[in-house]
Amino acid sequence: MSDLGPHAGFILASYAAVTVVLGGLILSILLDHRAQTRALAELEQRGIGRRSDRSRS
Amino acid sequence: MASLIDLANPTRFMRYSAVLLPWVAGIAGVLLVVGFYLAWFVAPADYQQGETIRIMFVHVPAAWLAMMFYTMMTLSALGTLVWRHPLADVAQKAAAPIGAAFALICLLTGAFWGKPMWGTYWVWDARLTSMLVLLLIYLGIMALWRTLDEPSQAGRAVAILTLVGFVNVPIIKFSVDWWNTLHQPASVLRLDGPTIHASMLWPLLILAVGFTGLALVLHLVAMRAEIMRRRVRTLTILEAERLDRLSAESAPA
Repeated sequence: MSDLGPHAGFILASYAAVTVVLGGLILSILLDHRAQTRALAELEQRGIGRRSDRSRS
Repeated sequence: MASLIDLANPTRFMRYSAVLLPWVAGIAGVLLVVGFYLAWFVAPADYQQGETIRIMFVHVPAAWLAMMFYTMMTLSALGTLVWRHPLADVAQKAAAPIGAAFALICLLTGAFWGKPMWGTYWVWDARLTSMLVLLLIYLGIMALWRTLDEPSQAGRAVAILTLVGFVNVPIIKFSVDWWNTLHQPASVLRLDGPTIHASMLWPLLILAVGFTGLALVLHLVAMRAEIMRRRVRTLTILEAERLDRLSAESAPA
């Protein structure tokens, strides 16, 4: 990689924007996935499920 | 057709996607590392644009992915409205934020590239404006998903909006041919072949495939989360109904 020249700020700003937007997207998707996994596991742990509902009703 | 519907079964999707995810993520990771190495350490500076050509390596894949994800959402919308495909609206909902993120990256990196090359961050020309419209359509679709509680009802409304919005995709692609724009014409996806030198084209293509892999990984993870969200919603409603019945039965007559 050579010297980025007189427009280095614009080049670095572009890559910073990619990092922030993609980083935020990845984080939000992973956090949502974790939250739904936990919520489903919690319901199953409490014995709440379609089959258990049918058997109980 | 029956086998396609079998494959679309959410339980099967969860099983197959869990196997597929690490492989796609690994391939995408390798391609991104190789692509960025070539883009930063091997590809030369452009004879006119100098080092700002490095912005192209993220700007162009982002633009392609923003349009590709919208096209994919349009196919999903058809799946929702015509075939009532079990996973179509799940795929569509999961794709919207990813497409929006790439549209935003395209606009931001385009602005940072435009200022040193054109002398302005923004101009209301056909290519830039139609890409901004794409971002706004993505945001509208994401907002519409949040306004309706019932997923299947929301899915149909979003599918209609998505189909209408698809008219913007060919406008983005051909805007540089149909109108006089500040934005340059296509230099890779052309009938007469790419006009970029191989030393810049290869890193660009490798990064485009790498970013596509990353986007597909995110899409699969977001679809898995959406399927689980719907299961949680259904189970919670069933449990609430069961508790209602129990309290009605135990109430004194």
